[in-house]
Amino acid sequence: MQVLKIENKLKILLLMSNTLFISLMVLGILGGILAVILYFVAQKFKVEENPLIDEAEACLPGANCGGCGFAGCRALAEACVKQAAEKGNIDGLACPGTDMGKVAAVLGLTAAAFEPKIAVVRCNGSCQNSPAKVHYEGADICAFANTLYAGKGGCSKGCLGLGDCVKKCNFDALHIDKETGLPVVDPDKCVGCGVCAKTCPRGIIEVRPRGKKDRRVYVCCSNTDKGALVVKNCSVGCIGCQKCLKECPFEAIEMRGNLAYIDPTKCKACGKCAKVCPRGSIHAVNFPMAKPVTPALQGAEPAVKPQPRPEAQPVEVKTEVKPENTVTA
Amino acid sequence: MNKYTISGSPHVHSTENTKKIMYRVLLALVPALLVAIYYFGWYALRLTIVSVGACMLTEWLIQKYLIKGPLTINDGSAALTGLLLAFNVPANLPIWMVIVGAVVAIGIGKMAFGGLGKNPFNPALVGRVFMLVSFPTAMTTWPKATPIFDKGFFADAVTGPTPLGLLKEAGVGSLAEAGDLQFLDMVLGNRGGAFGEVCTAALLLGAIYLICRRVIEVFTPLSILLTVYVFTGICHLINPEMYISPQYHLVYGGLILGAFFMATDMVTSPMTIRGKLLFGFGVGVITVVIRLWGAYPEGVSFAILIMNALTPLINKAFKPKVFGVVKPSKK
Amino acid sequence: MNPIKTFPRGGVHPEENKLSADKPIQDFPMPKQIIVPMGQCLGAPAECIVKKGDRVLTGQLIGTAKGFVSANVHSPATGTVAKVDVVMDHTGYYKPAVFIDREEQDEWVEGVIQTDELLTDIKLDSKQIIDKVKECGIVGMGGATFPTHVKLMVPEGKKAEYIIINAAECEPYLTCDYRLLLEKTQEFLIGVKILMKAVNTNKGIIGIEENKMPAIELLEKTINEHQDLYAGIEVQPLKTKYPQGGEKQIIKAITGREVPSGKLPIETGCVVVNVASTYAIYEAVQKNKPLIERIVTVTGKSVKNPGNFRVRFGTPADLLIEAAGGLPDDITDVINGGPMMGKSVSVTNFPCIKGTSGILLMTLDEAQDRRQTNCIRCGRCAGACPMGLQPFLLHKLAKQNNFDETETNHVMDCIECGSCEFTCPANIPLLDYIRYGKAKTGAIIRARNQK
Repeated sequence: MQVLKIENKLKILLLMSNTLFISLMVLGILGGILAVILYFVAQKFKVEENPLIDEAEACLPGANCGGCGFAGCRALAEACVKQAAEKGNIDGLACPGTDMGKVAAVLGLTAAAFEPKIAVVRCNGSCQNSPAKVHYEGADICAFANTLYAGKGGCSKGCLGLGDCVKKCNFDALHIDKETGLPVVDPDKCVGCGVCAKTCPRGIIEVRPRGKKDRRVYVCCSNTDKGALVVKNCSVGCIGCQKCLKECPFEAIEMRGNLAYIDPTKCKACGKCAKVCPRGSIHAVNFPMAKPVTPALQGAEPAVKPQPRPEAQPVEVKTEVKPENTVTA
Repeated sequence: MNKYTISGSPHVHSTENTKKIMYRVLLALVPALLVAIYYFGWYALRLTIVSVGACMLTEWLIQKYLIKGPLTINDGSAALTGLLLAFNVPANLPIWMVIVGAVVAIGIGKMAFGGLGKNPFNPALVGRVFMLVSFPTAMTTWPKATPIFDKGFFADAVTGPTPLGLLKEAGVGSLAEAGDLQFLDMVLGNRGGAFGEVCTAALLLGAIYLICRRVIEVFTPLSILLTVYVFTGICHLINPEMYISPQYHLVYGGLILGAFFMATDMVTSPMTIRGKLLFGFGVGVITVVIRLWGAYPEGVSFAILIMNALTPLINKAFKPKVFGVVKPSKK
Repeated sequence: MNPIKTFPRGGVHPEENKLSADKPIQDFPMPKQIIVPMGQCLGAPAECIVKKGDRVLTGQLIGTAKGFVSANVHSPATGTVAKVDVVMDHTGYYKPAVFIDREEQDEWVEGVIQTDELLTDIKLDSKQIIDKVKECGIVGMGGATFPTHVKLMVPEGKKAEYIIINAAECEPYLTCDYRLLLEKTQEFLIGVKILMKAVNTNKGIIGIEENKMPAIELLEKTINEHQDLYAGIEVQPLKTKYPQGGEKQIIKAITGREVPSGKLPIETGCVVVNVASTYAIYEAVQKNKPLIERIVTVTGKSVKNPGNFRVRFGTPADLLIEAAGGLPDDITDVINGGPMMGKSVSVTNFPCIKGTSGILLMTLDEAQDRRQTNCIRCGRCAGACPMGLQPFLLHKLAKQNNFDETETNHVMDCIECGSCEFTCPANIPLLDYIRYGKAKTGAIIRARNQK
């Protein structure tokens, strides 16, 4: 009886393993045949593309931010290859966050020098500098709040702090500082694609060149109203006194309404204007031996203390200067 | 100086809110609950308490520890799911099974999709169908209805077949034998079945309250009942021996509970009147098909779940007529 | 009385709160300095034609209309221009305005008939009426401030069959039009006649909500007593439902015709004009008086003496609030207009202008935004929408920045009445997102049409 039972069990086991074996074989062969068919079909229907496009695309960040004006990094790569073939250069085609020299090298060409850019928030109307006069209870969209009222502090050109720019940034380079209520640009992540500048309903964000040694000077205000009006709502807004304009040795400052504007193409980042501004509206970023220019500490004092310090010098400056607030590039 | 508030218009609001709607539906189900306790005693009451408690606890745990978001157990929707889930099960179901059902209903049926308003399927029905498929025997052993004044509040239930069960297994003739053809009994709840679905009269009372208070609209339930009546009526006319007459189909099983309380769940049903009518028609057809020719004796749960899946398509197809837009006539 | 009519679809019933309905109109004295903004109408602001030091007379032109959709601005007082500067108006932005230091006595410009006598003879013809309306800067005074002369110019090929007077005043709290109907009935009716003459029709219908029974009865009585004078004018009571005063809704209710999507009411043969504008047209055409004043309702549940004031433009609103018993302590929202479509203001000293129909002071429990919860897809918003739109869908699409779909779902047809947000049980700010979607979609459509 026992032997019979064991025999039966063995028979069942054999049957099962037989079934298992056959199933595996059939499926395996089926899979193999289909794989071969798929391979040939893929080869037959393959789209022939210039391999240079792939190489050019590899040089680009791949974030598809649209800062170049094209639909994505691949579209820019295609345009570069096309223009290179037609005109022999890639002038006019640029990714704001990439050195186009790399792309040019892939195509066997040269390109203009890379000028890295960064987004700059031209408003310092923080909760401290421009105290809130009203509560806001509406949808959290700057574009909508802009139609409803001037802003918590009353400045009609100031930052609304609801973060449309933050939501649009593809590189996670913006976030709203909880204490000041203003957006802060992370210089390590920002490539200067310009999406935030287009999104801001008040045009507060501007894409400016990073500047030599990452130094840049800009007027941190976007309000073109008369000085008396600006003072009512914000303690650090530009009043249009034109002291900076008179001080600038390079004629880089122009007045737009009652607002001073520093032309980045002419500005040599000497920082003199920032010293004379009576409201502290001009920010000189990454200058050595300067008070840290963080919005929270902005008061009525000028941004940079008048101290003797080396002017724009040849290379030696790099080694002697060890500032506390330079951001490593 | 006062700090004024700036907000977009309108600056006034009606007094309606989600909480009030949910609590009104709970109130409408109280008569049915009372009748259920009358017929099934302590078992019905404890299952209700456990189900409601489990649903609310599950939602609270998920919101507090998993999602770490705002707590919404006070809005009454979890309690409502719990009550409806309890209404769908036999009174003698073991407690741990209904807890499993509650966890599935809230956890998978509602919270996994994002919480209130985001679920495509009715959570109570998700829980019920899950229990039906996982615990088939327990979920299909129905106790008989015996008034508590006869047998006592805590007495054990005596099981027996439900009218639909009899219909499925033994045909029309069996019902006459079992003496279950008393229509009044069906309406008042003196029959076997899930304790929430037996008393048609109490449920209708609650439903009328909801319709008068404008919590639910009458289109979906009416469409369901009409479809079922007409469909089974046609079948009955063709073959009276095989198919029972239509008015019984209206009161048997969970059709009234499903039509007025489950199919009208706002989150999972269409938004426009035409959509609701089509939704009701679909539920009716599928219910009858399952009842007459399907494997299960009762088809309302499955019918509603299937139509829930079609709701987004129905919403897309049936949009309200926009003021001032004239559809160009086909030439 | 004609049987009550209404528009068939949508609408809500907010509390009426017509607290100042029985308060007669009071003349409000102007302060020493008035501030007259240049932008008092839809479209382009007027161009200032006076400068510092000029002496201006009451009713003198101080700002000329710029472009087709724009209106003239006249001086509401006699005095000297102190400066031409900016002032914070009810939108919270600084806008150009003329500051006038007043003299005590009004010295009117030449040509203005100053008597209070009712002048029933209409001497001007259709074209002259429209020119006079344009000259006197009349705009839609229900709040939209659309220049009326543009409305009265019926385009080639279209015919105006009806003049419809929008006396619905469906916004809760506001009673300025109602009081005007009660106190200046005959002047108003002459104004209706003038409008009928301007668009060459003999049918004028006054659409008025049935919660204003005294006004309905008075109007009917006056029309019956002077059948010869007011032939062709009839009173049509309407059901009290918001937004009965919406242009498209009142046309649908009275005539049964729907204004086609994207088109103007003249397509249905109707021209809709507000009550206050009609009265202003009477004054303009019969007495050469330009638009320099209006009735403003100051109201609110905790306001001591809600009232209706006849105010010259340029009067700061905080003076009116003082006259109504002062600013109560518990006010959190100051609204320019009614609670359903009015605009929140940041300060109370904004100048009253052509579109300021009311100043509403609201407390926290009435106006507070309640906590937002998930959309339960109940469909009440779609049921309340008078335009047959689906606010839950438009809100979701606008949030996702999907402006192709918002256009397909007719977001541009939204009249921004707020019925959807009013009924939403989940307290979702539907209208905020729909407005955002509308603005963005409109910009895309304009950019596309420009190509």
